[in-house]
Order: sequence, then structure tokens, then C-alpha cells
Amino acid sequence: MKEYFNNAWSALYTIFVGMKITFKHLFVPSVTIQYPDVKLQLPERERNRLYVNMDDCIGCDQCARACPVDCITIETVKGIPGEDLGKTSNGKKKALWVTKFDIDFAKCCYCQLCVFPCPTECIYMTDVYEFSEFERSNLIYDFVTLTPQEREDKKNNYAKFEAEKAAEKAAAKPAPATKPIENQETPKP
Amino acid sequence: MIYDFLFKITDSNIIASIIQSLLPLFIFILPFALFAVWLERKVSAHMQDRLGPMRVGYHGALQTIADILKLVQKEDIIPNEADKPLFNIAPVLVFIGSYAVFAAIPFSGAFIGSNIDLGIIFIIAASGFVVAGILMAGWASNNKYSLLGAMRSAAQIISYEIPTVLVVLTIIMITGTTNLQTLSEMQTGHFWNWMILGGPKFGIAKFIFIPFMIINFIIIYISTLAEVNRTPFDIPEAESELVSGYHTEYSGMKFAMFFLAEYANMFAVSAIVTALFFGGYQSPVGYVGNLFGIHWLIPIEQFFWFTAKGIFFVFVQMWLRWTLPRLRVDQLMTACWKYLIPIAFVNLIIIGLITVL
Repeated sequence: MKEYFNNAWSALYTIFVGMKITFKHLFVPSVTIQYPDVKLQLPERERNRLYVNMDDCIGCDQCARACPVDCITIETVKGIPGEDLGKTSNGKKKALWVTKFDIDFAKCCYCQLCVFPCPTECIYMTDVYEFSEFERSNLIYDFVTLTPQEREDKKNNYAKFEAEKAAEKAAAKPAPATKPIENQETPKP
Repeated sequence: MIYDFLFKITDSNIIASIIQSLLPLFIFILPFALFAVWLERKVSAHMQDRLGPMRVGYHGALQTIADILKLVQKEDIIPNEADKPLFNIAPVLVFIGSYAVFAAIPFSGAFIGSNIDLGIIFIIAASGFVVAGILMAGWASNNKYSLLGAMRSAAQIISYEIPTVLVVLTIIMITGTTNLQTLSEMQTGHFWNWMILGGPKFGIAKFIFIPFMIINFIIIYISTLAEVNRTPFDIPEAESELVSGYHTEYSGMKFAMFFLAEYANMFAVSAIVTALFFGGYQSPVGYVGNLFGIHWLIPIEQFFWFTAKGIFFVFVQMWLRWTLPRLRVDQLMTACWKYLIPIAFVNLIIIGLITVL
């Protein structure tokens, strides 16, 4: 009999204890962050969308080779002599026109391996992580600052220059020594 | 009073009664359901240190309207194997059951749907009607979870009807009336005339009543909470066990109907508790209308007090919901048959003896 009333009393009492706790929590400031309006402070070493500062890029292709998923494609064209390609911020002279620098973020695994080999520190991680798209092709980012027209020009200029040089060489001495120059293109891994 | 007024402007019995019967739905239940759904989400969120809906309107105030708009647009799915007539009629039946209760609830001195003498008995009978709708929904869905939920609901509502009625009986014994309007009028004056504090008659009996009345109140509050299938007594729609019980197969407006019925029920039982123990629509401290001699203000004030008390008890129901875990089936039955009913019965006998003496 005593146990019966004890049970009833403890049931009632513990309900009130629980209600007291939940009532206190009504007035505790909530921990919710109103996401699109307020954003969480990201840690310093966060790895999100890559950015390439093309002013500093020398087109060395090291990031593309470091990439484990091959999401970076770079095409370069040599500058013709006398053309001013500018300098990088740490004083290196540029020698190549970068005519294509595409990063496919659908493939990118955000491993940051491309960031370390860069000699001019022009490719780095930013804090942007909201870049979803409806089309997968929209995730291929083009970082080249040249206009399509300029890219064509640079390619044509170089081809013309090469052709002229080849013509000069052919005029100077007709020898079959033009082939090794083409083979100097780096073989794909 | 409202009926007389409507009769005067429409000059027809039928139109006046139709308008009067629709009034609680449109001026009370729908706005209340909209508000209560929002309140429930806000209360639950803040009790868990979250914010809840924040984006539609000020602090998500229009969230429920957006939800209703979504529900209206939804496709009305009827399962192939379902018993179609029963399936379609069940939500209506559930809603009718909970709406019929509002007919006898005195919202204020001037507005009571139907001032019947058997008020409280009618309410108990009509709320029992909901069981039929729930069982129908569970059976017609042709889904094992729905059926299980409906069975549990029926078992639960039938068991918990007993302590409710026993408590109501004690009130009837003390006051000698089953008319809720009279019952509310009896508790007029200040809050010490409320039934929870022993009723309007001053004397030794009033003070002896107080502890028994508090026990009575706790019993009826727990058992009505169980009758409306809310946590901690929500085994009929236990999400983690039965998907969502008897309304698993429902979608769109039919689901909204169940939802509306649930919130209407929540207010109905709060209103019953208010009318029986907390002075109904009577103000605890006196009326502003009496103070300044503006008599038309009194019914409005009474309506305000009634809704305020009702919503307070609805808030307590939500508070309990987000505090307590769900009971097991055997615990549910133990709580009812071993604790609530014997205690309510002993209470009934003691209060009966006191009233006789």
C-alpha cells in the first residue's frame, strides 16, 4: 500500500521536475544559426572552392599534375619574343600565355593538393561553399582573364611565329631538324 | 443571446441556427488551430533550444497558413486496397466528433452553441464518437500500422473515459447540475469561487474539498490528455513504432482534417477542464465592464478569459508533450486501471460523503 502511494507520488513529482527543466529551457537562448542570413565562422584552414589569381599564374601546370582526380586542365602558349607578359607579384617573369585554365568542381575533391606545389601561390582555397548548380557543366569554372578573341590571337601569333621561324630555318638550310622541337611537349602521365 | 441577435437580423430560424452552428468553426477553431500549430512548433523548438519556424512572417507567424496552402494543393491519394467509402468518411467523422463537442461549450455568457441541460454528459458522449472515426480510418486504410494505431487508440480512449467520467461525477454531485452554462455562472465572482478551490459555497466543506479537487483536477487532466492521444499517451500515433498510426495513409485535405480535429480536441478538453474547475468564462479578478458600467463589454471579456484559460491548458499539454517520453502500452493501462480509476473512485466516495453530510 505504501509502495502504491509512493509510486503515484514519485510519478507526479518527477513529472513536475521534468516540466521545470523544460520550462527553464524555454528561456535559454537558442543555439540555432539563421543560416542564409547568419553564417558560421569557418575555421582558418577550411577547404572549399578553389580560386586562381591569374595575375600571378605562370602556367607551370604543377597544380594540374598534382590533382588526384584530374579536374584542372591547363593549356599554355609561349609568348613571342618582344611581347610583354608582365611579372608575378613575387617578381618572376611570365613566359607563357595561359589560354585555358578550367577547374571542374564537379570532380574536385577539395584535397588541397594543388595548392602546395604552386610556385607563386596563385591557386588557393576560399571560404565560398555555396555554388550549387542545376547543370553539371556549369560547375566547370574558367579562370582565364583573357577574352576568347585574345586567346585565339595568342595562339595564332605563336603559330605564325613558329611558322615564320620554320620558314626562316627552311630558307637558311633545308635540314630535317624541326621534329625534336615538337617532341619537347611534356608527355601526359 | 447570439442566436436571438441572429434571429432578429435574418428573421429565420433555420438561417440563424446554421450561422450560429458555423460560428465556432470559423471564428474560433480554424484560427485557433492555425495559432496552436504555430505555438506547438515554437514551444517545442524553444524547449529544445532551437528557434522553430522563422522565415514566413514575423517569427514564422504565417507558417501554418503556408502549410495549409501546401496541403490544399496536394494530391488526394486513396490506396488501391483501401475501403473507399469508409476511408473517405473517416476524417469527416473524426472532425464531426470533435466539432460536436463545441456545441455545448460555453465560450462566454453570451455565446454557447446550445444551452442544453445535459451539457457535460453530451460532451463526453460526443467525444466518444471520435473513436468510431479513428477505428474506421485504421480499418479502411488496409495497413497494419494504421490498424494497430486505431486499435490502440480505441483501447486507450475507452479506458480513459472512465476516470474522466468519475471526476465529472464528483463535480455533478457538488454542484447538482450538468449544464455547463449554469456551472460557469455558479463560479462567478473571484477566483476563490472556482471549483478547484472548493466551489462557491463558503463553509468548512469548501476547505475540505480543496485537496480532493486538486487530485480531481490532476486525474481529469491526465485522462483527457490520454483521450486526445497526445504525448505521453500518443501510442496510437507513435511515430517511432507505427509511422503515424491511423492517419498514415491519409494525405492532403483529409490529413488536414485529422490534424484540425486533433487541435480542436485539444482545446475542447482544455475547455472542459476550464469549465469544470477554473470558473469557465468567469474572470478571476472581476470585469472592467462592471467597473465602468459598460455592460456590452462583459461577454467580450468573458470570451477573452475563456480563451486565455483554454490556451493556457493547451500550452501545458504541449509543455508535457515535450517533457515526457511515450508510455508503453502496459504502462498506459497500469496508469489508468491501477492508479487513476481507484483514486478517482475513492475521491468520488469521499466527496459524496462530504456533500451528504
